[in-house]
Amino acid sequence: MSELSFFLGCIAPNRYPGIEKATKIVMEDLGVHLRELKGASCCPAPGVFRSFDKLTWLALASRNVVLSEEMGVDLLTVCNGCFGSLVDANNVLKEDLELRSDVNKVLAEVGREFKGTIRVRHIMEYLYDDVGVEKVKESIKYPVDLKVAVHYGCHLIKPSKERHLGSIENPTFFDELVEATGAESVMYKDKNACCGAGGGVRTSSLETALKLARAKLEHAKAAGVDCIVDACPFCHLQMDVGQTEIEKKFGDVFNMPIVHYSQLLGLGMGYTPQELGIDMNYVKNDDFIAKIEKIGGGK
Amino acid sequence: MSDTIKTSDLDKAFKDEVLTEPGAEKLILCFNCTGCTAGCTMAEHEPNYNIRQLLRMANLGMRDELLNHPYLWNCTTCYKCQERCPQGVPNVDILLKIRTMAVHSGIMLDNHRKVAQLMAKTGHAVPINDDNKEKRKTLGMNELPETVHNYPDALEEVHKIVAKTKFDKLTETQS
Repeated sequence: MSELSFFLGCIAPNRYPGIEKATKIVMEDLGVHLRELKGASCCPAPGVFRSFDKLTWLALASRNVVLSEEMGVDLLTVCNGCFGSLVDANNVLKEDLELRSDVNKVLAEVGREFKGTIRVRHIMEYLYDDVGVEKVKESIKYPVDLKVAVHYGCHLIKPSKERHLGSIENPTFFDELVEATGAESVMYKDKNACCGAGGGVRTSSLETALKLARAKLEHAKAAGVDCIVDACPFCHLQMDVGQTEIEKKFGDVFNMPIVHYSQLLGLGMGYTPQELGIDMNYVKNDDFIAKIEKIGGGK
Repeated sequence: MSDTIKTSDLDKAFKDEVLTEPGAEKLILCFNCTGCTAGCTMAEHEPNYNIRQLLRMANLGMRDELLNHPYLWNCTTCYKCQERCPQGVPNVDILLKIRTMAVHSGIMLDNHRKVAQLMAKTGHAVPINDDNKEKRKTLGMNELPETVHNYPDALEEVHKIVAKTKFDKLTETQS
């Protein structure tokens, strides 16, 4: 069995605990044991904290990486934002020894040192490269009969330097992993567009951020999908909580279910929507829950 | 922006500092093709947001206009423009560098101060709340995640780091 540390971040454990739980379950079933990364903090969010002070951003990000270095295992995240911070910080500190020295002076305050001995992994690229689409397919007991809009988000694939995930204009690995569950990935307008949450925009200019989310929801709805599938709790929050805010600010109602890939995979493995926390979204869509309850029916 | 720009008003030192960001020296190769702005998702929704113009201002050394620019904080860091730039300019890296220069000059949006202080205090930009403690229990999970929330010593490490980098002072509310 492979082992990784599980970096939780903020939004998965503190707003969508179903994503945290679903990830542990599905990875265990795939033969990947996730160990708790005890005492990890915010990644910290790349768009905001890197915009404020680069050394603080690097020091806190590298502390999280160091916790995993000390365990001697690679680190796994289920969030594009956390991936953005941790993979970029890990890469830059492996290469830039002067910057590493500055960061290690800060980490010395807490008795830690960045050594550059591990890799930072995102669940989607880990599943694609290390587990493989075929093995994911074999783990499916109940094909997930849904039409879904895949939302790659931004920091999973960009900046592409050192991510090596193929085309950033027309990526396919996430769609392949979705189709491995039996679901159909439906093409929709501006599929690769940003959800609008990142860069501190959701924090500082909610209405502006929501305009981007609204476009995403409109395009997915026009394609006739059952749900949007993402791999980032921040995109997830922006598109789920965002729907309640869009309704208040603009009057548009979408009633669109938002599902993290770990949860989608869990459905195909036979777990119930309740076990996976899919019913805990802020947007309540009973018809969708009734539909996905029929997929597996418990384990 | 239609006024004539006088070279005597430009701050060369500001431009030089922007160019210290690794890779930022490519900025001088920008020939204003506008591919960045043409493909910008934010610009579709906020037409006054113009990444090309912001980077042009940096290239010219228009320090004060740029640090106080109302659209400096509109980029969601989707990196589309950075990927597409035919000159290899790391647009987003440069924009983030300029933002740090604004913050270090005391220019910071109120909600950004709040989230910075929240993270510096709790170790999470989005900390747990009662509603989600309940959701965790319903799912059969521990009430608190295995993060700084459950390890006071780990939170103390975060406090020491933000004190060492003076991040707590940098982001404190201005009186």
